[in-house]
Amino acid sequence: MSIEFRQVVKRVDSDTHIYETDLRLEQGGFNVLLGTTLSGKTTLLRLMAGLEAPSSGEIWFEGKNVTGVPVQKRSVSMVYQQFINYPNFNVFSNIASPLKVARVSSAEIKKKVEKIAGLLKLDNLLGRYPSELSGGQQQRIAIARALVKDSKLVLLDEPLANLDYKLREELRDEMPKLFADTGSTVVYSTTEPMEALMLGGHTATLHQGRVSQYGVTSEGYRLPDNLTSARVFSDPPINTAEVRKQGGRFFLNQKVSWLAPRSLRGLQDNIYTMAIRPHHLLLNADKSGSIRIDAKVKIAELSGSESVIHVDVDGNDWVSECHGIHPFDSGDHTEIYMQVDRCLYFDQQQQLIRG
Amino acid sequence: MKFQKLLITTLYILFLLLPIYWLVSMSFKTTNEILGVFSLWPIEFTLDNYRKIFTDPTWYNGYINSLIYVVINTVISVSVALPAAYAFSRYRFLGDKHLFFWLLTNRMAPPAVFALPFFQLYSATGLFDTHIAVALAHCLFNIPLAVWILEGFMSGVPKELDETAYLDGYSFWRFFIRIFIPTIAAGIGVAMFFCFMYSWVELLLAKTLTSVEAKPIAATMTRTASTAGYELGLLAAAGTLTIIPGAFVIYFVRNYIAKGFALGRV
Repeated sequence: MSIEFRQVVKRVDSDTHIYETDLRLEQGGFNVLLGTTLSGKTTLLRLMAGLEAPSSGEIWFEGKNVTGVPVQKRSVSMVYQQFINYPNFNVFSNIASPLKVARVSSAEIKKKVEKIAGLLKLDNLLGRYPSELSGGQQQRIAIARALVKDSKLVLLDEPLANLDYKLREELRDEMPKLFADTGSTVVYSTTEPMEALMLGGHTATLHQGRVSQYGVTSEGYRLPDNLTSARVFSDPPINTAEVRKQGGRFFLNQKVSWLAPRSLRGLQDNIYTMAIRPHHLLLNADKSGSIRIDAKVKIAELSGSESVIHVDVDGNDWVSECHGIHPFDSGDHTEIYMQVDRCLYFDQQQQLIRG
Repeated sequence: MKFQKLLITTLYILFLLLPIYWLVSMSFKTTNEILGVFSLWPIEFTLDNYRKIFTDPTWYNGYINSLIYVVINTVISVSVALPAAYAFSRYRFLGDKHLFFWLLTNRMAPPAVFALPFFQLYSATGLFDTHIAVALAHCLFNIPLAVWILEGFMSGVPKELDETAYLDGYSFWRFFIRIFIPTIAAGIGVAMFFCFMYSWVELLLAKTLTSVEAKPIAATMTRTASTAGYELGLLAAAGTLTIIPGAFVIYFVRNYIAKGFALGRV
């Protein structure tokens, strides 16, 4: 099902939760809404579900205006971050509930529920009650209920956020497969860029109630349209600095400069914003023309095989993410190597300069 | 240490139970024994007091009347409070917080304040001395209480449960009856218990608003002297029987009440 936001605005009292948004989500695929908390992801989902009405603008499903259509008539299912199940129904009745309401015959219900329960590894638990099950199993019930309904639009609002690491990985792997065959359009919201990349499909980046970009996930990551999208789509945060272009070179400061890529040679001399992802800042020089920058270490965080080193470069707070354990004390001076061919450049309107 | 703890607990329980024991023991004595001798247990054990209560309509009707208006009141209070509590827990509307607090203030006024207006009102409308009169009067206290308790339980249920049901295709009423009410069954139990209890023990309004037809047991029981003189044994037996329904109800809702206390609403 195609979903379209047409000049949708959502205000609550005097706060604007969603600024005027025009967005057309890809049909029958995985769509990810990526943004920090309070960026408006949940509000967009609730607008699609019909749980909230837009303050102005329209929402269209398959070329039909559904702005005023009640929740019950939208063919939408939703999975929340909290594990929401009917506590007084057992697992079977929980999964069966949308079918029962739709007056499907009980033989058909039994067939469908058993099939879905099998897919979600709930087949041994059908007689149990949600409160007797683990968080992961509870969320599986909720997902099963969303699947069994066979609705045209499935909304998943940070469905894995409350699960522990292991279960999250397991379900994240299963999720795209589960929904792939249904033909439903899936909208999945998350705060984690890595999750968006793993899920694939299309991604809309959101920031403070505005959609800053929408497109194929991997492309959006590789070439963010603007600085906001670049920031939203990076964890740890993307490093930025003002650079001066002069005579075919970019200058970070007096000492550090590098040759502009061929495609940007003709760019007007001016001040630009440069952005580089943390994993393109290395501690050792590599072959592919990285340049050396002096930096002062602020904090070094070690996470297993990775080190995240917060450094100060000319008054900019930067983060380098690199392999291996690199213990630093705060205040240490070090040199970092920037892979300049990975730099993104933004103009003064914060739009990406494409070569 | 252990001994000390045990001792304190035992003394505390003895202290609490003493008046009840005294009442029960009196109910098995004759009035003469009660007035004449100081005895820790009945010397002349008798069931006459109970026999009288179960055979004399002026006595057993008191229980029936009380039960009738208490049940009517509990049903009205809880069924009115359910939608009200739902509104308070789920919607925001103009003055909702003030209204919610105002409901509670109804419980702060002593019943005596309302006795006169109710008496006048019910006399004028011909409701005086009917069960429904007492049941309605008690709603004044019990509906706010039930709303307050139920709102606590309902707010403990995430709003997303309602939304999930709507997304599954449930209409509001179907959801409310099939899913929501079973989910907060414990809260309904607690609310019913408190309505039952307040209505059962309330004396002033029940006494003022009735004369013969709907006279509650508490009114019958608290007259100390009758035409036959003092009947303390009889009164004690009536008192003992009055405790039983409360004890019975509390036994069934004991687990839920703890939950209600935990929610800070009871």
